[in-house]
Amino acid sequence: MFRFAFALFLALASTARAEVEIQEITSPGGIDAWLVEEHSIPFVAIEIHFDGGSALDLPGKRGATNLMTGLIEEGSGDMDARAFQSAREALAASYEFDVYDDGLTVSARFLTENRDQAVDLLRQALVDPRFDQDALDRVRAQVLSGIASDEKNPNRIAGRAFYSAAFGDHPYGTADSGTVETVTGLTRDDMFDAHRNVLVRDRAMVSAVGDITAEDLGALIDTLLGDLPEGGAPLPDRVDFGLTGGITVVPYDTPQSVALFGHSGMERDDEDFFAAYILNTILGGNGPQSILMEEVREKRGLTYGIYTYLVPKDHTEMWLGSVASANDRMADTVVLVQAEWQRIAEEGITQDQLDAAKTYLTGAYPLRFDGNGPIASIMVGMQVQGLPTDYVIHRNDYINAVTLEDVNRVAAEYLRPEALHFTIVGQPVGLESTQ
Amino acid sequence: MRRLIAALCLAAAPLAATGEEVTTFTLDNGMDVVVIEDHRAPVVVHMVWYRSGSADEPPGSSGVAHFLEHLLFKATDTMESGELSEVVAANGGSDNAFTSYDYTAYFQRVAADRLELMMRMEADRMNNLRLTEEDIVTERNVILEERNQRTENNAGALAREQLRAAQYLNHRYGLPIIGWKHEMESLDMQDALSFYDLYYSPNNAILVVAGDVEPQEVLTLAETYYGVIPPEEHLPERFRPEEPPQTAERRLTYVDPRVSQPYLTRSYLAPERDAGAQEDAAALVYLSELLGGSPFTSALGVALQFDSQTAVYSGAGYDAMSLDDTTFNVTVVPAEGVTLSEAEAAMDQVIADFLANPIDLDQMERIRTQLRASEIYALDDVEGIARRYGAALTQGLTIEDVQAWPGILQAVSAEDVKAVAEKVLQRRQSVTGWIVPSEEEAL
Repeated sequence: MFRFAFALFLALASTARAEVEIQEITSPGGIDAWLVEEHSIPFVAIEIHFDGGSALDLPGKRGATNLMTGLIEEGSGDMDARAFQSAREALAASYEFDVYDDGLTVSARFLTENRDQAVDLLRQALVDPRFDQDALDRVRAQVLSGIASDEKNPNRIAGRAFYSAAFGDHPYGTADSGTVETVTGLTRDDMFDAHRNVLVRDRAMVSAVGDITAEDLGALIDTLLGDLPEGGAPLPDRVDFGLTGGITVVPYDTPQSVALFGHSGMERDDEDFFAAYILNTILGGNGPQSILMEEVREKRGLTYGIYTYLVPKDHTEMWLGSVASANDRMADTVVLVQAEWQRIAEEGITQDQLDAAKTYLTGAYPLRFDGNGPIASIMVGMQVQGLPTDYVIHRNDYINAVTLEDVNRVAAEYLRPEALHFTIVGQPVGLESTQ
Repeated sequence: MRRLIAALCLAAAPLAATGEEVTTFTLDNGMDVVVIEDHRAPVVVHMVWYRSGSADEPPGSSGVAHFLEHLLFKATDTMESGELSEVVAANGGSDNAFTSYDYTAYFQRVAADRLELMMRMEADRMNNLRLTEEDIVTERNVILEERNQRTENNAGALAREQLRAAQYLNHRYGLPIIGWKHEMESLDMQDALSFYDLYYSPNNAILVVAGDVEPQEVLTLAETYYGVIPPEEHLPERFRPEEPPQTAERRLTYVDPRVSQPYLTRSYLAPERDAGAQEDAAALVYLSELLGGSPFTSALGVALQFDSQTAVYSGAGYDAMSLDDTTFNVTVVPAEGVTLSEAEAAMDQVIADFLANPIDLDQMERIRTQLRASEIYALDDVEGIARRYGAALTQGLTIEDVQAWPGILQAVSAEDVKAVAEKVLQRRQSVTGWIVPSEEEAL
């Protein structure tokens, strides 16, 4: 089962080096996993990602995968919800189940001293959930409570309006928690269907970090996932970003307007992705003071924070941003964002800005590997993106190879001020929806 | 110029219970130094904590501690505005700061070989800040937008503010950390500088360095950069107006159409972890878990979410870390069709039953196991451990208290929990809030 192992030395700034030794293993049952052994603390963090996620909801069943995910920890095998949770608490193990459009994730950690019991319990939840009617009704009430809360939350209102206009009937166009109507209609059978459609062995990606050997991990993975079926529901079709430039105001009585803005973006495997990633860091990302933070916050005090994000999803791509300003100042913020978007598209960035972003990004990368849980999560993320284990060695080279010409070519091509759409929730003075 | 260096070196104190390596020093000017070793990765977290937070502000200037925290990223004698963060980023690091009731802290996370640079810059802004009127005006707008974002746009946050104001009659914990809006609007240069000049001093500060470092190296650097800053001679004794005993229950109703569904929350005035006396606080940690920790196994969860379906959510919370009296909180979100008064009656019944009946010893043991395990999991997060020490030392605790805490938690008995529950869970020392979208919902 043991394929190969090699050490990765991350050059960190000038002198320091971080060592992350990623082993690629295949379990006796044929399931691949990545492992970093770290025996200094007696616990293991496991991260599992199932491709697909809530976008696999069947027609008319929006919210089924989300509700099913909430029920995984609410009873399995011969245990009801309370018996299951009592057993988990007695082991001091933690299992987190989360779902988003493109994936369902399991983050678990458990102590070395009771690892086998913790794994058996997690296996029972993943492979043999009960979906008892009383648990279904109880968690459904929690989901409906969350939907009601979202309807009064300006950020959620903005997201719903924006994605609905951008993606329409595609799963990306609606919230994965579903609507009051669809969630109210979900049955036990829908839960079993969603489970069968999403939790399948051939869409699972696995990583582990901590106090465990490759051999023990192989056996553990077979226990955990070996009894899951293969072949999930078909993945959704590709969809283009359907919003055109302009402004949508969603009136809401609250003192500060919140804006979500954006246009189409770039695929993760585009050869210009690193140039776009650097450009985004300079425009509105974390790290050195971004251009938008400088203009909107530092110079004018119009907001507490403004950020932009490259969002390459499995079936579409976006370049998004978010900002909040008092109702009487949002109009100024929008004008500034449009102007900066245009200026960068036309003039590009400077060599100094590029150098500062590179230094930050290459220096910050090794600092991400700071704990069993974070490393497990990074390794699964790499598998989801189809990257090899040695990506961690070369990643900073990819960043350093980007030239000013690359970044400014991408800026001219991909930053399209005329295509930027702002969805604004609040009572922004002097702003109205465009046609 | 270096002053006399006679640092007091306490022996490294490896923790039997948790395994973290901690060494402490005190510089000649009174600055405390805590070094936590974690050699798994070549990374360091560098933090400076000041023993001054929003509860130390002068009357009329609420929010000035947090305002000053923002202003500390402006220019000094030798650095331009924003330069510190730029230098940190240029070295691949991240930096930030946070303000609470009892402390203000600044931190950077960076490659371990950049520690000296971090110290040089952090020491510089302890003493050499140079603010302009433009900084004041612009940054005041930023904190007002921060308040908009965190509080004004959030009905739950506005309700919590009112509840806390009702809970603390006399103590500054009743004022929001970010400040009352009308007082924030008038914060000026003088407010900021008075707070800065008095409190940003080595004898009011704690240096916490955690990660891939050697204690002696850290001490040498600390002496070089922080040791040369003169102590503040007029640093006042830390005195806060204390809460009087609460003898009458307080109730309030917060109405806001942005509330999606009604809920109720109650806070009880409760003791916090005190130096050399953390037993009551440890028992309260168990009480909050037993009463409203896990929705599946706690008293409130089982009674209200399983047995009776009265609530869609229930929970209890207790923050043991506080310089002065803290609160113990319970919250219930009623299920569809259940009124707030029905939900509150059900909650009170659970509390009464809890006080009247013996404690479930199996549940007690599950909580004990989880608390022990959390110490093992905590070792994976050196920044979290660094925060523990910084928070403890700014909130009246000692290194010994921090290190004794896991053992004290393990030693709590059911009788201890019962005793502290009877002392704390009394309605005459509580504030109950109903949070509703309209007056009708509060009937």
